[in-house]
Amino acid sequence: MRIAARPGHAALALAALAIAALPFWAAPYTQQLVANALVAAMFALSLQLLVGGAGMVSLGHAAFYGIGAYAVYLLGKAGVGSFFLTLPAAAALGGLAALLVGLFAVRARGFYFLMITLAFGQMLFFLFHDTPLGGGKDGVFVARPALAAFGLDIAVPRRARAAASLWVNLAVLAGLYLFCLWFMRTLYGRALQGIRANEHRMQALGFDTARLRLGVFAIAGAAAAIAGHQAAMTEAFVNPDLLGWHQSAQALLMVLLGGIGALHGPILGAFAYVGIVELAQIVTERQRLVQGAVILLAVLLLRRGLAGVFPLARAP
Amino acid sequence: MPLTRRRLGALAAATLTPLARPAIAQGAPLRVGLMLPYSGTFAALGENITHAIELYLASRDNKLGGRAIQLVRLDDESSPPNAVQNVNRLLGRDRAEVMIGTVHSGVVMAMVQAAREKGVPLIIPNAGNVAATRDLCAPTIFRSSFSNWQPAYGMGRALAAQGVRKAAWITWDYAAGKESGEGFADGLKAGGAELVKVLTLPFPEVNFQPLLAQVPSLGVEAVGSFFAGGGAVQFVKEYAAAGLRERFPLCGSGFLTEGVLGPQGAAAEGIRTALHYGDGIDNPTNVKFRAAFQAKAGRPADVYAVQGYDAAQMLAAGLDAAKGDIAAEKEFVAGIRAARIDSPRGAFTLSASHNPVQDIYLREARGGENRVIGVAAAQLADPGTGCRMA
Amino acid sequence: MLGAQLLNGIQHGLLLFLISAGLTLIFGVLGMINLAHGAMFMLGAYLAFAVVGAGAPLWLAFPAAILGGVALGAVLERGLFRWFREREHLDQVLLTFALILLFEEARAALFGNAFHGVPVPALLDFSVRVTADFAYSAYRLAVLAACLVIAALLFLVLERTRTGAAIRAAAEKPDMLDLLGMDARRIHTIVFAAGTALAVLAGALAAPLTSVYPNMGEGFLIVAFVVVIVGGAGSVAGAFWTALMIGMVDTLGKAYVPALAGLAIYVLMAAVLLWRPAGLFARG
Repeated sequence: MRIAARPGHAALALAALAIAALPFWAAPYTQQLVANALVAAMFALSLQLLVGGAGMVSLGHAAFYGIGAYAVYLLGKAGVGSFFLTLPAAAALGGLAALLVGLFAVRARGFYFLMITLAFGQMLFFLFHDTPLGGGKDGVFVARPALAAFGLDIAVPRRARAAASLWVNLAVLAGLYLFCLWFMRTLYGRALQGIRANEHRMQALGFDTARLRLGVFAIAGAAAAIAGHQAAMTEAFVNPDLLGWHQSAQALLMVLLGGIGALHGPILGAFAYVGIVELAQIVTERQRLVQGAVILLAVLLLRRGLAGVFPLARAP
Repeated sequence: MPLTRRRLGALAAATLTPLARPAIAQGAPLRVGLMLPYSGTFAALGENITHAIELYLASRDNKLGGRAIQLVRLDDESSPPNAVQNVNRLLGRDRAEVMIGTVHSGVVMAMVQAAREKGVPLIIPNAGNVAATRDLCAPTIFRSSFSNWQPAYGMGRALAAQGVRKAAWITWDYAAGKESGEGFADGLKAGGAELVKVLTLPFPEVNFQPLLAQVPSLGVEAVGSFFAGGGAVQFVKEYAAAGLRERFPLCGSGFLTEGVLGPQGAAAEGIRTALHYGDGIDNPTNVKFRAAFQAKAGRPADVYAVQGYDAAQMLAAGLDAAKGDIAAEKEFVAGIRAARIDSPRGAFTLSASHNPVQDIYLREARGGENRVIGVAAAQLADPGTGCRMA
Repeated sequence: MLGAQLLNGIQHGLLLFLISAGLTLIFGVLGMINLAHGAMFMLGAYLAFAVVGAGAPLWLAFPAAILGGVALGAVLERGLFRWFREREHLDQVLLTFALILLFEEARAALFGNAFHGVPVPALLDFSVRVTADFAYSAYRLAVLAACLVIAALLFLVLERTRTGAAIRAAAEKPDMLDLLGMDARRIHTIVFAAGTALAVLAGALAAPLTSVYPNMGEGFLIVAFVVVIVGGAGSVAGAFWTALMIGMVDTLGKAYVPALAGLAIYVLMAAVLLWRPAGLFARG
């Protein structure tokens, strides 16, 4: 998986600045749209750790995304409302859930892995859909975590809410991306790339591939939960569909659209997907047709994804 | 919706103007946003509500309180996960100043939330979640339809009045089913009877067999239920096929047989239900309304059309009192609160929590119609528990 | 009451078997992940709806479903999936996901989005007294019998014919066909077509029982995958017993512990995976 070189990162940084400047000239609706796209980018990036990083295609990743979102709801009920507490707590919950599912899932490879992650994802979906834990199958409104710590409380006036969402999401995405960047450059990250290329060879070299795969599964789950936390914070609403496999499939699509071969690919893919869906909304009511056609075209034509069109680095 | 220059213009305007300034000038039309299902299982309901609203507006020359009305449609696809985004589109991109919607109880909560947060007026023409006129009530939130509790309460009262002492309740496990169940239980209790068992299955599954097989051993004399649409068709047919109707008469909230008597066929004959509308109501307003609706929409009016018509009447009451100025919130709210709506179902007023105070009719399914045979509960108001409003 | 619930569970399980049998073979022999399998079930149900709506008797829908399913499966395999066998799982998942969306859109365009009932044929429109105060729809019993007959035929074909032997060999070891000098591509098409036809037929049989509505294939799809995992990929016998077991667990769960019924199947799956990761009936 390619990682962007310095000029590539300069381009990404410029893009981030442009997004940060949006609240000064764009309408609140556009800001909300971009805030949602940033959350989608976080979720897709967390999946990229598995797919592009370790070659593990999971159809149940949204379960951890949803757990992160519901963490906001559950923590809110328990009286915990500070962003600086809820974010790490959500990550921990997601990571823990991923660890437990991973114990079953990483024993499998390829198709089995896919189906097992699908099935466990659905199980977690039903947990929130059918039991009182989730507050109802239609979802529930949550209070946004407050930017409050150690007595300092940044209260966000209603007019600035869209801008605040945008900036917080941008900051979290940047943090997540920098983490992934660092992670893929460590020995662990490189070992995972080796596993993706040829697992048997890595085993022959003495790596405990099962343990490595379990580890990245848990880390990716924690990252997905962070994205879910931001989703809850942006929309102030959580619903069981966030855990469903359709959500997982959409994330896979964003990864594909952006290109599995590049770390920044999912970010491009997420923005492209959100943009296409929004534009399509104006033109037609047949949303499924648009979605299906986009996926079909992406699978058939875009072999290397958008990152192949906008390369920010040379292959290693 | 097809791509039009107006929509492109609206999108451009929404993208480039940092502040969405509402149209204050009296000359500009008032943008009324209709967030309803225009696709999906409930599309017919969305269309009926819209037809009825347009019917009323046409009778007022498309001016309410002296202000021209511009309807903006948004398809919510009855999808709760997309609800928040759709409300954002309606208010942010399409710049609606008043909201009318919606059918699905999961979707309406996003509209309720926006009404509470932003103070945008909301008139609900169907969704019956009790929360909208109980703990989540607000001065600018009104309902022209019913609360899930009302029709089921009526059914419980009627059942107890017929001499039933013990009954069971079968429904989907979601808000409408649960809240109706509570109404049913309350109605039974008020009549000296008892709800002994609630059987549920996840929405929108239709595998009723495991539940039906339990009915004979429950020790009840009748079974109440809440299902709607296709699920109601399936349930009524399977209930009859399981041979349960003779020993355990089936009844329920009116939606069990509303609009589905055709497909249900003989399995539904004689089933009694309770609802705030029915066939055979012969007050002059209803007669006129049904004729006009049939002429406009090409099909008979149903309870959803009546609710849509009355939503428009309520909007008119508010705008007339506010003289067309939607920013005059106090006058707008006072106007609707004080109104006596001349509805095809019979005249009604609004309770303190902004829900209709109305007669719940007892109906019997006969020959493809839900004939009104009496009143199950007269001038019934939703308790409105937990509503804190000035 | 227990007797009625057992009957419910068996009928539900047998229907699930029809759907899962095709999926396990497709998966075991071709190694393809076909998320659109549930959509095939949906197509069969809507086919029955269309046949009855056109005034024809319901039973005409069954041969139509088989023929249509075979044709659709063959076309999909030769025209599309063949090129995706070697592609990454990601591509297969997304491709078949796109197919679900497109099939649903086609369904919406042709039949609209309303919930439609499909009337039971007049010949079978009566009930049979099972216990003193519970009756069972004759059509349900007929579907139960039909599923048993189809299962028996399937076993016969797999155990007693050369093609069946080839399929079993391929399910166990996909390379076996090439080693034996058989035309692997022909077997692939046959398996895919047969698997699809089974799902379409299941939909047509089930239509009067479930009615037709948008996304109706979803529920069965995921459970079918669970059956394949627990029963062992490629094992039709495994799918049979697992489907029955899951049908019982699901039915009894819904009757006695409704809130946990949805989870029960997955807990079962987790337990099996801990004990026998390759499935209860896996070969080798």
